[in-house]
Amino acid sequence: MTGVLTLYRSSIGKKVIMAVTGVVLVGFLIVHMYGNTKMFYGPQVFNDYAAGLRDLGHPIFGHEHLLWVMRVLLLASVVGHIWSATVLTMQSQKSAYARGVTKVKRYEKKQRRTGYAAYTMRFGGVVIFLFIIFHLLNFTFGVAGYSAGEYIGEQGGVYNAYNNVVRGFSHPLVSGFYILAMLALGLHLFHGVWSAFQTLGLNNEKYTGTWRAVAMLVTAIIILPNIFFPIAVMSGIVHL
Amino acid sequence: MKLTLNVWRQKNGGAPGAFKTYEAPHVSPDMSFLEMLDVVNEDLILRGEDPIAFDHDCREGICGMCSLMINGAAHGPVRGVTACQLHMRSFSDGDTITIEPWRAAPFPIIKDLATDRSAFDRIIQSGGFISASTGSAPDANAVQVPKNFADLAMDAAACIGCGACVAACPNASAMLFAGAKIAHLGFLPQGQAERSQRAINMVSQMDAEGFGSCTNIGECSAVCPKEISLDVIARMNRDLIGASLKGVEPTGVVAVPAK
Ligand code: HEM
Ligand code: SF4
Ligand code: FES
Repeated sequence: MTGVLTLYRSSIGKKVIMAVTGVVLVGFLIVHMYGNTKMFYGPQVFNDYAAGLRDLGHPIFGHEHLLWVMRVLLLASVVGHIWSATVLTMQSQKSAYARGVTKVKRYEKKQRRTGYAAYTMRFGGVVIFLFIIFHLLNFTFGVAGYSAGEYIGEQGGVYNAYNNVVRGFSHPLVSGFYILAMLALGLHLFHGVWSAFQTLGLNNEKYTGTWRAVAMLVTAIIILPNIFFPIAVMSGIVHL
Repeated sequence: MKLTLNVWRQKNGGAPGAFKTYEAPHVSPDMSFLEMLDVVNEDLILRGEDPIAFDHDCREGICGMCSLMINGAAHGPVRGVTACQLHMRSFSDGDTITIEPWRAAPFPIIKDLATDRSAFDRIIQSGGFISASTGSAPDANAVQVPKNFADLAMDAAACIGCGACVAACPNASAMLFAGAKIAHLGFLPQGQAERSQRAINMVSQMDAEGFGSCTNIGECSAVCPKEISLDVIARMNRDLIGASLKGVEPTGVVAVPAK
């Protein structure tokens, strides 16, 4: 136990938290993406899926019990991830803060020799965070992104998720933001998944190509379908 | 060649600094970058001005003293080369060259282009060594080292501790340096006994010095004159995770003097 605390106190330990929570979130995103594909089978299947989530693990787990376990796990992961990212970002900015005594910026622009994705992790992370909040307000609570009367909540154990997704994505602004956020998430994942292998000490020159390919594949599996859902609604492939 | 230099001048760590422009009218393409600065300095001395202070020693790429940010790139435009081994033929006649000191809060400026890199010495002091009894000289090959481990240890040992990795890193992180030192000893049989303690100590010292945290960008390896690979960081991470979970606590963290 003290070992975990020693690890946590070091900067590398906080990176390990980011990597582990990141991998949990990636797992969630893959399952979530798969769940979304049920919209192509029509309202019945999609709404049953929404209801089924509440009875996950039935009959071992009671109504919504396992769902809550997962929600708590996800929330803890998001909090742990953002917390570590914030602490480490502050540490890094302090170290990189090189200004003259006059408070003028001391330096000319630095040259950049490596890829783009790694540089967008923090900004991309903020975009993803804002997206998560909007996403919950929108599809989960129905308080943002709808015209009056469009969103239909639970009616005696029946869920209208299909109606809500189709109505929601019929708003071009909602769909547009959704697609932009997915592009940001894609960049984040492309660097992040590879980075997690490096952080956990599982990378070296022999495997780095493989991990880059895995990162690319994971990103494509999550992002391409997710971008297709709003497009499918707007082009009428998925309709009420 | 005729060059214009844009040089960071700063009297000492407490004084404000600024860029100053100098003309360098008689530069031979065969000069090294430091020789070019020598010529400019001789001219400044003749005119009674303060010469530009910059660090240097071996001038053959092995000591790690030279430390110039040249046009925004640590050690300049050529890969795998220190500033002292950079030749002026890498530039064109009429160029304007911006020269700055290393940039990172744990490397405070001493004067002009010279920075205080004793933070690196303290990281070494905290664990970058092997405690071995020094009896009579052992027989050659008494300790067998597999060839591939010897090669990897040698690759990591090539680090000259110049600090370019920190200067280039957007996070001003020292993980390539610390990783190289930890990997160098960790690949050798003599380094095994203290391997866990070394990882914990050197990482604690690195954090205490105020270096930033790696986000696996790779600018360090791209500017490193010895082309140290990011592998050493992954290896350091692995050693550190293992050592922490084994319950090893940091010892021997060296006090960081107030800046
Ligand atoms: C909620 C807002 C988020 C913020 C502010 C954020 C921020 C960051 C930052 C700053 C990094 C470090 C960059 C690096 O070390 O390379 C990172 C890494 C990572 N992120 Fe996020 N992120 C967020 C959401 C997510 C989500 C939703 C996922 C999962 C799908 C995720 C997965 C990852 C992974 C796998 C890493 C790599 C960890 C490592 O470097 O070892 N992030 N994130
Ligand atoms: S890792 Fe490379 S750039 Fe960093 S101190 Fe060592 S030689 Fe210099
Ligand atoms: S002066 Fe020794 S490495 Fe450049």
